[in-house]
Amino acid sequence: MDIHYTPEEQAFRDEVRTFLKNKLPEDIATKVKAGKHLGKEEMVRWQKILNEQGWLAQSWPVEYGGTGWTPVQKHIFDEESSKAGAPGVVPFGVSMVAPVIIKFGTEAQKEYYLPRILNQDDWWCQGYSEPGAGSDLAGLKTRAVREGDHYVVNGQKTWTTLGQYANMIFCLVRTDPEAKKQEGISFLLIDMSTPGITVRPIYTIEGGHEVNEVFFEDVKVPVENLVGEENKGWTCAKYLLTHERTGIAGVGMAKEALSKLKSIAWDQKKNGRPLMEDPLFRNRVAQVEIDLMAMEMTNLRVLAAAKEGGAPGAESSMLKIKGTEVRQEIYDLMRRAVGPYAIPFLPEFFDAEAGEGPEVGPEYAPPLAGRYFNNRKLSIYGGSNEIQKNIISKMILGL
Amino acid sequence: MDFNLTDEQRMLQDTVARMIREQYDFESRMKLLEEPAGYSKEIWSQFADLGLLGIPFSEESGGFGGGGVELMLVMQEFGRGLVVEPYLPTVVLAGGLIESLGSDAQKEALLEPLIGGELVMSFAHGEPQSRYDLSHVETKAEKSGDGYRLTGRKAVVLNGDSADKLVVSARVSGDVTDSDGIALFVVDANAEGVTRRGYQTVDGLRAAEIILDGVQVGADGVLGEPGKAFPAIEQVVGRGIAALCAEAVGAMEAACGWTLEYLNQRKQFGVPIGKFQALQHRMVDMQMHTEQARSMAILAASRLEEDYELRERTLSAAKALIGQAGRFVSEQAIQLHGGIGMTWEYAVAHYAKRLVMIDHVLGDTDQHIERYVALTDNQAEGEAAGAPLAANA
Repeated sequence: MDIHYTPEEQAFRDEVRTFLKNKLPEDIATKVKAGKHLGKEEMVRWQKILNEQGWLAQSWPVEYGGTGWTPVQKHIFDEESSKAGAPGVVPFGVSMVAPVIIKFGTEAQKEYYLPRILNQDDWWCQGYSEPGAGSDLAGLKTRAVREGDHYVVNGQKTWTTLGQYANMIFCLVRTDPEAKKQEGISFLLIDMSTPGITVRPIYTIEGGHEVNEVFFEDVKVPVENLVGEENKGWTCAKYLLTHERTGIAGVGMAKEALSKLKSIAWDQKKNGRPLMEDPLFRNRVAQVEIDLMAMEMTNLRVLAAAKEGGAPGAESSMLKIKGTEVRQEIYDLMRRAVGPYAIPFLPEFFDAEAGEGPEVGPEYAPPLAGRYFNNRKLSIYGGSNEIQKNIISKMILGL
Repeated sequence: MDFNLTDEQRMLQDTVARMIREQYDFESRMKLLEEPAGYSKEIWSQFADLGLLGIPFSEESGGFGGGGVELMLVMQEFGRGLVVEPYLPTVVLAGGLIESLGSDAQKEALLEPLIGGELVMSFAHGEPQSRYDLSHVETKAEKSGDGYRLTGRKAVVLNGDSADKLVVSARVSGDVTDSDGIALFVVDANAEGVTRRGYQTVDGLRAAEIILDGVQVGADGVLGEPGKAFPAIEQVVGRGIAALCAEAVGAMEAACGWTLEYLNQRKQFGVPIGKFQALQHRMVDMQMHTEQARSMAILAASRLEEDYELRERTLSAAKALIGQAGRFVSEQAIQLHGGIGMTWEYAVAHYAKRLVMIDHVLGDTDQHIERYVALTDNQAEGEAAGAPLAANA
């Protein structure tokens, strides 16, 4: 057992740092660090740069253009990218639908979609949740009826993240309403420009527009857009959920957020002294820092075990719970750190051009309360933390 | 970065695990508490035969040359078995100080029998007023002939009631809380002027209050340079912290194991209580605390040879987290067992007591968070948070 990075791993870290220093556009990094919203163009620009480097598809098999990185390498990349202010890769195409296509898709689907994902020709979004199917995902009702060489899709998806930018959506749809819950579901790839699709924004608690509702009214989808077998879509869905998710703990993001929290708390004053010297606040910061230290180690241990052929899915539930708890705690402390300047609501701040500072309070303050509220999502999405506990309870503990 | 054990480490783990499994079931353990010294001399000599008493000592001192990971593997199994033999006070603390500061003659005279299981020792350092402050030493050492005379009182000395010899800290100069001016002495536990009041601890171990009334120590009993012992004390206590963290992880695993079994077997309302979601989620929380604790125990064990700040920060972080995790696991193990978890005859109660008491040994959660903060503030801010987890030393 040796927790030190090997010379090769150190060299890799240097390589990543150099790459980020040379290739990460400054305007994007500045916006990310200031907590401003990125637009589609910026996200696509960065993902194209990653792709040119061959570093976009970190978890794909090498023969499809994957990096072949070890869990430790992915961890290093994650850590360095967050530190440099690189945006996270939008997961829906490269990390979600692509592994499913690679595993269950036809040769034609692989040949068509995979290069388009790498080249940023398609922006994918996820059609899983429905108004009546959240944690109980298999209760979904969106119906697809086979008519000749098409399916006709009717129904509604919701919480569709960045659906406003997407031209493609992967959907779980019900193809056999008579079958038992999980058994009548299929996995369909749908072109968002097909007639009958409507996207409506959902504005979230902090005022932002990340998620959407997507309505399907007699939408015709070619049969060749079915992935895997008809009525076996649940297998794809489960695979997607248990597919290795290195980043699920969000260690890099948490470390970056913690470092920001500390710099804010050194800048803020309480009784004329830095807030960071206030024993009560300092204690809270230390608690979460220690928790994060342990989580980073847990993350590396779990990923290393998974790589050795050990347990895959259920352990990542633990990482999801702990990772989101730690990040929520940090965002909570950030909001509290700025005291009364958490109060002003300045929506224009998020979309302002990088560098254009607000006049209200310190420049780091405006996003903090919103970010805190926005990140309540962490313990809800991707399977709520309660659902994750059900999974651990069943899969690991056997209860 | 590699989390796999080497073949040798795996063998060590298997050896200790087998011994604990075969000889240290709960009933046997409870009988050992009635032995005169509070532990089994026979098991102690089996530890010696297996080479366990030599694990942390260098090969030239007659030891196994093990590092933090080896110590962790042993202590984790001891935690699983709730081992009461005085490994921490004798091997890790007293033995560690002798190896760190002792002359060749002292090492030869003391470490050989210690590793062989014939000499049992204690580290008499804490005092009634010192709480967890390692530099708080009121006991005085005054020059006397070619040696010293020790006067003072030592508190809650683990295994102090039956140890053959004590490593005693005393002050040769400076104020009560100065880290400079502390010296260490090897004192025969039955020497004139030593009075011991032994007692059992809440978690089934033994300890003693020790009064030193003008105890004469010869020149051969002085460990290292008088007045300069503090860095060695801190380092050896650090190893003790790593050992306790590993022991706690073993005890947490066992407490979780007992609890999980109980959830599957105990029926209420016609079903095993493990079918109830409130209890399932609590069990998951226990497991998650245990995994976080394991991560910190590994980190602590792996950083014992790092530079001062990184090492001590990690140890304080580990002890702080493990104190909290241990308490959570203990309380929930009792809660999920219900009434039976409250009974003396049931193992879980004893794991709970050990886990909670570990937080009272070598600094509790509050102490170590405070220390972690003090050590962190010495570093350039921001760097600490963003620094890679385990940069090469």
